[in-house]
Amino acid sequence: MSAWIAVLVVCAATLGVGALGLRLSRTTSDFYVASRMVSPRWNASAIGGEYISGASFLGVAGLIFATGSDMLWYSIGYTAGYVVLLALVAAPLRRSGAYTLPDFAEIRLRSAAVRRTTAVLVVGIGWLYLLPQFVGAGLALRTATGAPGWVGTAIAVLVVVANVTAGGMRSVTFVQAFQYWLKLTAIALPIVLLLIVWHHDGAPSPAAVAGEAWVSPLSGDGDDHPLYRTYSLLLALLFGTMGLPHVLVRLYTNPDGQAARRTVLTVIALLGTFYLFPPLYAALGRVYAGDLLNSADSNDAMMLLLPGRMLGEPWGDLAAALLTAGAFAAFLSTSSGLTVSVAGVLSQDLLRGRWRASVSGFRVGAGLAVLVPATLSLLGVRTGLADTVTLAFALAASTFCPLLVLGIWWRGLTRTGALAGLITGGLLASVAVALTVSGAVEGGWPAALLGQPAAWTMPVAFAVMVGVSLATPRFRTPGVGTIMVRLHAPESLDLNRGDS
Amino acid sequence: MRAVEILAVLVVLVLCAVAIRRFRRSPDLGTEAERATFDTLHTASLAAPPLRDGLTPEGAQRAIRHLRTLLGTPAVALADGSRLLAWDGEGGHHQHQALRHAAGAIASGRTSVLDAAQIDGDEACGVLDCPLRSAVVAPLTSGDTVVGALIAYGGQASAALVRATGEVAMWVSTQIELAELDRSRTRAIEAEVRALRAQISPHFVYNSLAAIASFVRTDPERARELLLEFADFTRYAFRRGGEFTTLADELRNIERYLVLEQARFGDRLRVRLRVAPEVLPVAVPYLSVQPLVENAVRHGLQAKEGGGLITLGAADSGAEALIWVEDDGVGADPALIEKILAGQARGTESESVGLGNVDARLRQVFGDRFGLVVETAEGAGTKVSFRVPKYAPGVHAGPPAP
Repeated sequence: MSAWIAVLVVCAATLGVGALGLRLSRTTSDFYVASRMVSPRWNASAIGGEYISGASFLGVAGLIFATGSDMLWYSIGYTAGYVVLLALVAAPLRRSGAYTLPDFAEIRLRSAAVRRTTAVLVVGIGWLYLLPQFVGAGLALRTATGAPGWVGTAIAVLVVVANVTAGGMRSVTFVQAFQYWLKLTAIALPIVLLLIVWHHDGAPSPAAVAGEAWVSPLSGDGDDHPLYRTYSLLLALLFGTMGLPHVLVRLYTNPDGQAARRTVLTVIALLGTFYLFPPLYAALGRVYAGDLLNSADSNDAMMLLLPGRMLGEPWGDLAAALLTAGAFAAFLSTSSGLTVSVAGVLSQDLLRGRWRASVSGFRVGAGLAVLVPATLSLLGVRTGLADTVTLAFALAASTFCPLLVLGIWWRGLTRTGALAGLITGGLLASVAVALTVSGAVEGGWPAALLGQPAAWTMPVAFAVMVGVSLATPRFRTPGVGTIMVRLHAPESLDLNRGDS
Repeated sequence: MRAVEILAVLVVLVLCAVAIRRFRRSPDLGTEAERATFDTLHTASLAAPPLRDGLTPEGAQRAIRHLRTLLGTPAVALADGSRLLAWDGEGGHHQHQALRHAAGAIASGRTSVLDAAQIDGDEACGVLDCPLRSAVVAPLTSGDTVVGALIAYGGQASAALVRATGEVAMWVSTQIELAELDRSRTRAIEAEVRALRAQISPHFVYNSLAAIASFVRTDPERARELLLEFADFTRYAFRRGGEFTTLADELRNIERYLVLEQARFGDRLRVRLRVAPEVLPVAVPYLSVQPLVENAVRHGLQAKEGGGLITLGAADSGAEALIWVEDDGVGADPALIEKILAGQARGTESESVGLGNVDARLRQVFGDRFGLVVETAEGAGTKVSFRVPKYAPGVHAGPPAP
């Protein structure tokens, strides 16, 4: 019962804040306050709030619980991607003035074809990322209340669509920033209680219960080729973060490149803090809930069931309700952010006629953005939450990572090269994703290569992009030097950036 | 199974496409004469694009091959008054003399025919069977000025060749005139952009100085502060370089403007801001919001007893930002506003300068979708709003104001 209340409160709060979103902007008569831009700290919290998806809220703990210490890389990779983003992309991307990835492609390569390809990829990555969010919402609600799986999915879809088409809570930085702290509280408070109980029980070691294989790395518990899988996973997470559409649009909110860097640096600290907790749940789960092993659904739901097993009434119920609320908030905020990004790109670049770049077009785009993953999740595509998210990362790493890194750091990139690389990387990774999600390949090297494709698709995409660019030097962007000055020179320097 | 089906469908589609192309490629080609006409027209259409930049060496190089095909002579040259632009064909040892060949026609503006002696000039042609025994030189004109010459070299100058050269020269002249037209259109657009530069209204300058003057005796300190605000405001308004600024900077300047207006109106003028901080980095044409505020102050409050409230807002809306200025003043006749925005009303008031100018600049920069939207009625206040895309090609906020 308390879980229902928690979910309803989260949904009502999300919708309410979305409807009243404007009132949260600064209403004042003080110009000094009104014209102050969003500080890196707020912005970083907002990125954290939008980035920590339901998949990482429940899925990471589930994976570590099921597979063991290899999966700790998820915790690290989800955060460490921002290190790469910080070093290679954040400031130049902000300085470029691009709001979305297609904008960046247009600024750097001046090509409508590359722009449209980028738009298609943004939509693909968005759908792939939304799918586990909707699946997870159903799973969380079923676990907490016993309702059928489609109920949670339907609620999440409806709330997101209502929210986004009515104007969108995601525009309000402070709401998303609040979401981060809500999620952190929701995951941190229950673990304190659980750890107390665990300590009271004489602090039994998870290794003793779960066995050596769970604790030692690369033991290959359940999967073939653990070494390959680990490296491929790391590549996907490290280089895929820079291609997530809902993260990149937040860089625009920063006043300049330096603030963008500072924001990303803060994000690393915030996410690092958050991802300390899922492994704790996993370890405790191994001690107290070992019987839940070996089904993707119950692995992901373990975190919600754990408090009930460890704590008596009413604490167990309350802790579970808090976790459900946190997970649901995570599903909603990430889905809203993604839906807004995907809808924007759809209406801007892919819809035609009167839907193009209009308010009604944005609504149609939002509907389309949600419809496809929602249908897939209701049709019963079932994979581990964190697994599917990783595929979205792999797709981003094989397409946008080469585009951004080469576009920002190499003047030799040509539009044909970029197009060839995007299409190659996109096709290879999508085929791998499609085969994995449909469950067509089982076991052995093929399953490993397709299940964690980044280690080969990303280098291939890079190689194609560089190779084709070198072969077509006459398609280099004219005035690439000026573009590079815009991307790399600090704003305070008085240089020719190509403005009239 | 399904993959095979999809493959089959794809193959059928490709075959259909190939077949359609085949059928469209082989229509009835017409008589010999018709085919010749088609060929000539096709050659002319190939020569046209390179000439659309005017009489440049690059364009001439690319076009001349097609011109020689049109004329069917051993060699063809294009020259302007000072240099040989392009040469195509045999007899390259005469190339350095082409400018001299062209000089006569360029000076007289009439087609002339040169014989072998005139082609050779002082230096005898060393080649025994030189194909260039005569030349037809036709002037190229743009408007009334002669800008160059087309030279057709041949064995024996015939009346037909003279006529053909004259016609081709005329056709090239037309292309050059079109290029000139293009250039003047571009210049006109640039001039329009310059004319549309942000303007501050003369009323405001006059009123501000008058308000400051009224404080000079009674409150010299305040007068000094106001003068400094005024100086900052004018520096912002008159700055050069960069058409765009951030919304944050524009807001700061509106603050200066309102401080000066409040010196006149005192408590009668109240301002409320409702600004989403996410949209503050958005690039807007500078002085695009301030005229709207000025309009709200002038027409919203001035005519009204007891002062009024101005609301200035900015909200995030996906890939765009929505900016609006609202007053609770006397409002205006919608028909009048419509005329002002259509640029028809040469208003007696400076209102037309403000709204019309902002509207024109927004449309010019971002496209017609992004003009001003005015909601008003007599006695019902006025709300002026517009949208700005967060990203538009070539739009970057300049460096922050000092």
